[in-house]
Amino acid sequence: MIPELGHYALVLALALALAQSSVPLIGLRTGDAGLMEVARSSALGQFAFVALSFAALTTSYVISDFSVENVALNSHSAMPLIYKFTSVWGNHEGSMLLWVLILAAFGALVALFGSHVPLALKAAALAVQAWIATAFYLFILLTSNPFARLARPPIEGQDLNPILQDLGLAIHPPLLYLGYVGFSITFSFAVAALLIGRIDAAWARWVRPWTLTAWIFLTLGIAMGSYWAYYELGWGGWWFWDPVENTSLMPWLAGTALLHSAVVMEKREALKVWTILLAILTFSLSLIGTFLVRSGVLTSVHAFATDPTRGVFILAILVIFIGGSLTLFAWRAPMLKQGGLFAPISREGALVFNNLFLTTACATIFVGTLYPLALEALTGDKISVGAPFFDLTFGPLIVPVLIAVPFGPLLAWKRGDLLAAAQRLLFAAALALVALVVTFLLRGKPVLAPLGVALAVFVMAGAPTDIVERIGLFRSTPGVALRRAAGLPRSSWGTAVAHLGLGLTLLGIVGESQWNSERIVAMKAGDTTTVGRYELTFDGLRAHQGPNYREAIATFTVRRDGIDIGTLAPAKRTFPQRQMSTTEAALRAHGLSQLYLSLGEINADGTVAVRAYDKPLVLLIWLGAVVMVIGGGLSLSDRRLRVGAPRRARAKPKSSLQPAE
Amino acid sequence: MTRKQRRITLIAGALAVLGVATGLVLFALNDSIVFFHSPTELAESHFSPGSRLRIGGLVEAGSVKKGENLAVRFAVTDGNKSVTVAYTGVLPDLFREGQGVIAEGELEPSGLFKADSVLAKHDEKYMPREVADALKKQGHWKDDYAKTPASSKSPSPAKPSPAPAEAAPPATPRASQAAPATSGAAQ
Repeated sequence: MIPELGHYALVLALALALAQSSVPLIGLRTGDAGLMEVARSSALGQFAFVALSFAALTTSYVISDFSVENVALNSHSAMPLIYKFTSVWGNHEGSMLLWVLILAAFGALVALFGSHVPLALKAAALAVQAWIATAFYLFILLTSNPFARLARPPIEGQDLNPILQDLGLAIHPPLLYLGYVGFSITFSFAVAALLIGRIDAAWARWVRPWTLTAWIFLTLGIAMGSYWAYYELGWGGWWFWDPVENTSLMPWLAGTALLHSAVVMEKREALKVWTILLAILTFSLSLIGTFLVRSGVLTSVHAFATDPTRGVFILAILVIFIGGSLTLFAWRAPMLKQGGLFAPISREGALVFNNLFLTTACATIFVGTLYPLALEALTGDKISVGAPFFDLTFGPLIVPVLIAVPFGPLLAWKRGDLLAAAQRLLFAAALALVALVVTFLLRGKPVLAPLGVALAVFVMAGAPTDIVERIGLFRSTPGVALRRAAGLPRSSWGTAVAHLGLGLTLLGIVGESQWNSERIVAMKAGDTTTVGRYELTFDGLRAHQGPNYREAIATFTVRRDGIDIGTLAPAKRTFPQRQMSTTEAALRAHGLSQLYLSLGEINADGTVAVRAYDKPLVLLIWLGAVVMVIGGGLSLSDRRLRVGAPRRARAKPKSSLQPAE
Repeated sequence: MTRKQRRITLIAGALAVLGVATGLVLFALNDSIVFFHSPTELAESHFSPGSRLRIGGLVEAGSVKKGENLAVRFAVTDGNKSVTVAYTGVLPDLFREGQGVIAEGELEPSGLFKADSVLAKHDEKYMPREVADALKKQGHWKDDYAKTPASSKSPSPAKPSPAPAEAAPPATPRASQAAPATSGAAQ
């Protein structure tokens, strides 16, 4: 009964989405406000029904209803409760349901908090949102129904893929989807603006909080996924330039560019056409990302081949939405009026620079990710494009952006003074130089390392420069400076904090990649080995029985610089249901560095293959991402951008609607 | 500067960056991509020793020989020809005789393949795509390779079991990808 209810709710959501995708547009055409208002109520209704549907599937998982095929294939009655929840989206059908749930949630949020957006724009945007939703409901209902029943239900389920039975993975997909799908709002507003044929600075102000929200979640999602891969997969890597990762990095890069170009549009009404194009591209990349993974094109050709309807459906959605929106763009964009002028050296110029390099870097990743597919389709040659390719292409393109980051906020709008900005960055540059010399003297070996550290220090020290200048920290009394600091817009703080986070992540990447020491060795009980500053003694193995797995736990006594700092216990788990094993790494943080231990094969004679890594500064990689997210949050909390600030918003658009010269 | 001049500056700048990027991509594609070959292709055509390759197939039953200090040798076959692979390091969790595997490294003049990384699929249901294709080409592909050992008891054999490869949401890097085991010694 419950699964049927869920299925039925999904069908009702589809019906509402169909109404929402057409009625408001008729209202727009005829100027009927009542018809346009339909968008609001249907968006809320759609969300209610999808939520009901999702709750039904979750219930089936929690009560282990193995008569539902999806549950039987991906759950097990002995699995801990938390993983019963997470296995809802640990499979194709369920994760698509999560996707539409988030899509509907964003639509409902726009309907609820978009009261200051003009009715016509809101109605059009929600209609576009409903087109996307319609395509996805159809996709789920026609090709990937999560509620399909089994005629003869098995007694026990087949268990969730053990590698997914992990807390990190419980949070990762929802975060990532919040990011991907969040960009659908920006997309819908962009297409709506093209449909209406009018766009101004106010548009950027309405859209920017949504872009920022999506960006925050995507940043968190990518960082979470990276950390999960780092500790769960057992070989110490945190980024592999793997197609699945690349597909999440591409919308992030495009979204970061969009975030910056939207500032220009909001402040100066320039770059309108480009911002619209970026909004379309960002969501298109999210769609491509979702589907490259979902369709199985990248990971397993038979998933595509055994169920061609799914792949073809996916391709159709991609062609319709990306092709359609780009065609609309080509047709309507020339009608948009040009905005303010600016000199090449100016805040706008710096943001264009940022956009140019970010999108180009994104394009190289796109080529590297899809080239193997294209080549195989055309010539049959099979190749793999790995880290060396991306290091060679992405690296040189991202370094100029990093160097430019501290300059951007110091340049004035319209016409900036590069020399003056450079003078104000002298302190940051001096710090970077000191860092360069110190790192070179202390551990000179890889030449890239001191340069990387210097760049990271420059970005970090440069981030607060603008704020220090504006509050006159060293020129006036602390009290005055503090008062001025409190008066600064939160978005300025957001910029500084996010840029600081970028520098932290960069420092982590440099530290981990340049000074990582690793040791791979076969050990017997009693053996001792060293890695970096650590000395490890293998004490022995013991067995342990978990709820749905067996595990062999190895205990190591760890000494750092000769001092005993306790034991570490990496393990190897075997899941009988799927005949799979996973590696549970053991981590010990020391400051920002980590000691990382994981097990390879365990042989019958008691020798164990051990992988040990000493990873300096590695924690900064994710810490930096968290700081970036905090920066995004600060910016989001800015009064100017707050979603539900009707009084302010009503007063503002009037002034911003005037042409900015 | 007039609007037109500014626009020209902008376009010139954009073209310059794109040009550099294209150059980098072409250079990197020339230099850092690795071709995949089946053992049969390896035997039939001549490769200059020292060039990086990927090979894939099934680990031949009974061929795995372990040596001192994590050194291991095994034969990779596509049912027609086989090639011996030497590797030092930790093998992936799912490395097993009779299962699909991919090795990356160099072919030595003696015909021995010296691998510095070995990848096995993180999931037993599917073998690496390249391996499946290579087996199909040799006519050794059996449909049941694609099915799980459990799929015989699977409730609906008519429907393809959902790939856990798909189960991995985007950006959960390796759940859906092969897991490399990179040898420390070989680097």
